Amino acid sequence: MNLAPATLGFTLPVFTADDAWTVATVACCATACALLGCFLVLRRLSLLGDAISHAILPGLAAAFIITSSRGAIPMLVGATVVGLITAVFSSAIHRWGRIPEDAAMGVVFTSLFAVGVILITWGARDVDLDPGCVLYGVLETIALHRVDVVGFSIPPAFVSLAVVLAVVVLVLTVAFKELKIVSFDAGLAASLGFSVALIHYTFMGLVAATTVVSFEAVGSILVIVMLIAPAASAHLLTDRLSRMLWISALIAIGACVAGYLLAVWVDTSVAGMISVVLFGVFILTSLLAPRYGVISKLAHRVRLAVRILGEDVLGMLYRWHERAALSGTAAVPPLSPADLRRGLQRPFLTRLALASLSRQGLIERAATVSLTPRGMDAARGIVRSHRLWESFLAKHLGLPLDHLHEPSHRVEHFITAELQSVLSREVGEGRDPHGSAIPGPGTASQQSQPS
Amino acid sequence: MTIAEPNTSSADPAVPRATQHHPPGPPTAPAPVAVEVHDVTVAYHRKPVLWDVDVQIPSSRLVAIVGPNGAGKSTLLKAILGLVPLASGTVEIFGRSLRRARSLIAYVPQRESVDWDFPVSALDVVLMGRYGRLGWFRRPGRKDRDAAMAALEKVGMKDLAHRQISQLSGGQQQRVFLARALVQEARLYFMDEPFAGVDAATEKAIVDLLREIRRSGGTVVAVHHDLQTVPEYFDHVLMLNMRLVAAGPTEEVFTTPNLHTTYGGRLTLLDQAAEAVRRSTAPGAPR
Amino acid sequence: MNTEFWDIILLKDSTTRTVLAGTGLLGLAAGVVGSFAVLRRRSLVGDAIAHASLPGVCVAYFIVGERNFVALLLGAMAFGLLGAATIAGIRSLTRIKEDAAIGLVLGGFFGLGIVLSTIIQKQSSGNRAGLDSFIFGKAASMVASDSWTIAGVAAVILLTVGVLFKEFRLLCFDREFAAAEGRPVLFLDLLLLALITLCTVAGLPAVGVVLIAALLIIPASAARFWTENLTVMVLISGAIAVLAAVVGTIASAVIPGPPGSLSRGLPTGPCITLAAAVLFLASMFLAPRRGIVADVWRLFSLRRELALQKALTQAIDQGRGPEARP
Repeated sequence: MNLAPATLGFTLPVFTADDAWTVATVACCATACALLGCFLVLRRLSLLGDAISHAILPGLAAAFIITSSRGAIPMLVGATVVGLITAVFSSAIHRWGRIPEDAAMGVVFTSLFAVGVILITWGARDVDLDPGCVLYGVLETIALHRVDVVGFSIPPAFVSLAVVLAVVVLVLTVAFKELKIVSFDAGLAASLGFSVALIHYTFMGLVAATTVVSFEAVGSILVIVMLIAPAASAHLLTDRLSRMLWISALIAIGACVAGYLLAVWVDTSVAGMISVVLFGVFILTSLLAPRYGVISKLAHRVRLAVRILGEDVLGMLYRWHERAALSGTAAVPPLSPADLRRGLQRPFLTRLALASLSRQGLIERAATVSLTPRGMDAARGIVRSHRLWESFLAKHLGLPLDHLHEPSHRVEHFITAELQSVLSREVGEGRDPHGSAIPGPGTASQQSQPS
Repeated sequence: MTIAEPNTSSADPAVPRATQHHPPGPPTAPAPVAVEVHDVTVAYHRKPVLWDVDVQIPSSRLVAIVGPNGAGKSTLLKAILGLVPLASGTVEIFGRSLRRARSLIAYVPQRESVDWDFPVSALDVVLMGRYGRLGWFRRPGRKDRDAAMAALEKVGMKDLAHRQISQLSGGQQQRVFLARALVQEARLYFMDEPFAGVDAATEKAIVDLLREIRRSGGTVVAVHHDLQTVPEYFDHVLMLNMRLVAAGPTEEVFTTPNLHTTYGGRLTLLDQAAEAVRRSTAPGAPR
Repeated sequence: MNTEFWDIILLKDSTTRTVLAGTGLLGLAAGVVGSFAVLRRRSLVGDAIAHASLPGVCVAYFIVGERNFVALLLGAMAFGLLGAATIAGIRSLTRIKEDAAIGLVLGGFFGLGIVLSTIIQKQSSGNRAGLDSFIFGKAASMVASDSWTIAGVAAVILLTVGVLFKEFRLLCFDREFAAAEGRPVLFLDLLLLALITLCTVAGLPAVGVVLIAALLIIPASAARFWTENLTVMVLISGAIAVLAAVVGTIASAVIPGPPGSLSRGLPTGPCITLAAAVLFLASMFLAPRRGIVADVWRLFSLRRELALQKALTQAIDQGRGPEARP
């Protein structure tokens, strides 16, 4: 990559043809991995992808030693076979040996990886297949080799990865239905007569082949991230399988471009930087995703808590009004915001709740807090729910008086108008078990003061 | 290999097999046999889970499989469906091998057996029931979609067809599974605890559905936990505790001694349940 | 070659003694803590921690500026724990399942490690200052102080496991029950993770990032075949791991490397892993009760028993007459 002359105090990367080829190659690889990864993640087989990407090393080395060349076909065959062996052995050890599945995979792939390292140091030492590039690939030099394809000078790695991507897309298009049903409910698939084993091992073969071809470009570790990160991010963003595939592909491509630029800027390993970017995308998604993100879940919980506290405030104010109407305002001092915060024990959330209530025009805040006419309506609804539910519990479950308040206090926030009328028919109007009047469903104009 | 056999609906497959394998029974015509389980033993690792089970399941009945936890109830279903390997024995469905009878069978697994976070909608799940008759690589079309919507409507889930499955309640998820079995248009339904963890409304809907299946000549074999409702919901019972304890029409077989044999001494509601049978069968009229 | 061979076997060479002591103690610690890791379904978490610790090594190198074993160890430990915490966070806060979380952390952190170590390499003009040896391990370059550090780590691990054996057993067997009993399960879980991390990190220089997981997983899985008793399993696992470490280390020293290469032997980590793998295979097939040979034998006897029983039943039925059979 060339760096443009320093013009603005820092250097801007300029895209040469070599850069474009490198990015295109790694993007092909990432897209193929991301598409397959969706099914791995959904089937909880992510670690099998991890295991395969480590375990294919002896396949590569054996193919090299046997054929004494780095021909693509023998390596692909050798590594795919070992990749499948990993899947078969792992499940055999898990089933036959009753070893936990993750441990079974750990046993198989570390052993195979060890065999691979020894084969490489022993038999293939003098060639540039050293264990280091096994882990993080030789992406930087990919564009340096070129072959002529119909008049264009193209890096061979790009050709093989483009073919892999095409095969992956083809298989996913043709067998989408089969992969979907085996992933969701293998038992149903088997009972419908689909050969689950055939689909499973075809798919794992595809994963192994993709891993092998990606291997040279990006190494075994980046392959793992490429398989899992885009798929996991997409799973947090959508509830449709087809959309999940599209989103994961887009994330993969975007991360390749961004990672490449960043790596050039910092001057470091491209494969490493792309995995960092992919991981970063996942972390951001898991925080910010609109429905399944951590922050949105947290916000939802806070909103719910504020709503509940707000309704508690209304209830407290309503009960104050009741008591004041009975014994006069002098005997019952009005409630200040501080009283409410103390009474509800969650000062910060109560502060939010008070702000929200006054924004809705339900309360007036000054030195003391009081209900507006609309607030009175709302408060009456809450207290009505509470007392109806207490009556219902007392009547049907025969709970003692001191056990009624707690459950009703929790349930009152979720009782709809419809349920209110059902309860009302069930227990009648009048007074709750403690002797307090159940407020009617009327509006403020009909009943200016609760009695 | 999964294309539906064209003549399944017209021919009555039960007739030839009844004469083939069974000594002539009592003079009253025996119910045609839907499933014949012959000396089946299933072992997980060294432990046998089902031991030498030999039973016939009649067709056009609602059949309950009952027994304590770990009695091998689900395993028996899976063994019939070919989902677990048999250590010994054979299974025939309507007198054919399982492979040839696939298109006649629908299976409703336990709800916990799938990942409900999976990114599909209720409609997608129901459509999967059509995959068997579509065979390899053909996509579901207009007709399948209509059938799926009709099945969803039947279980009262039409409005939620496009809802993601994780946003459905337990009862709704069970209804989706039932709808999926319905679109398979099978003659024999296997259900693994269809009533587990569902609300009262769903339970009622399921029972109505089962009765409708029976009316149209279908057979249901269900693993069932709630002994109280056995006599009300089912007309045939298999009592299982690793071995087959008893099998037959509910009013004959669902008795206190059999229940005690099946469950050992550890049952409290047994006598009530048996009493319920006696009451329900007192008039002598089969439902 | 011959005298050299005997020198190694008879521990005449002090380097060999140092290396053997280091890998042997490491094996013991890994075998013991690995038993709990496997039973608690944490096998591959160990693998992820090992990969996640690489950026820690680099950061420590940035700060200290030299290859100081203890500093690198602390850095690795910090990032290993951060990785473990990230896995737990992803699993409990999002809908992403644990397997994907492990893979993500493993790859993401390792990628960061590669990025940092490449920067270091470029800064110190082509010399990664021995950081490469953390990826594949280079037991032969261990010095006495390294072995002492490993001995200290092993002592901490064995002591902790010894003191808290009962608690760990409960944790692995039934976490819910342990919680109901009022045990601090969260603390115990974290402590177990910390021990796994400590062991992993201490093993990095000897066997490397990728294969330290093998020492945690393989001996414990092999021991599982021989016994149903946790105490026995921990002891067997420790013994298998020590045996694998010793045999592997010696093998890597005595087996001649490829002709014409500079270094003498084979890499240690892979040799230890292979030794463990052989012991695992032997256990899986030959173990008396849970082994495959015993299982197959049992299936046959089950079938035979069934056939016998059937024959008897038929004989009795025939004796009673044809109507007797229901």
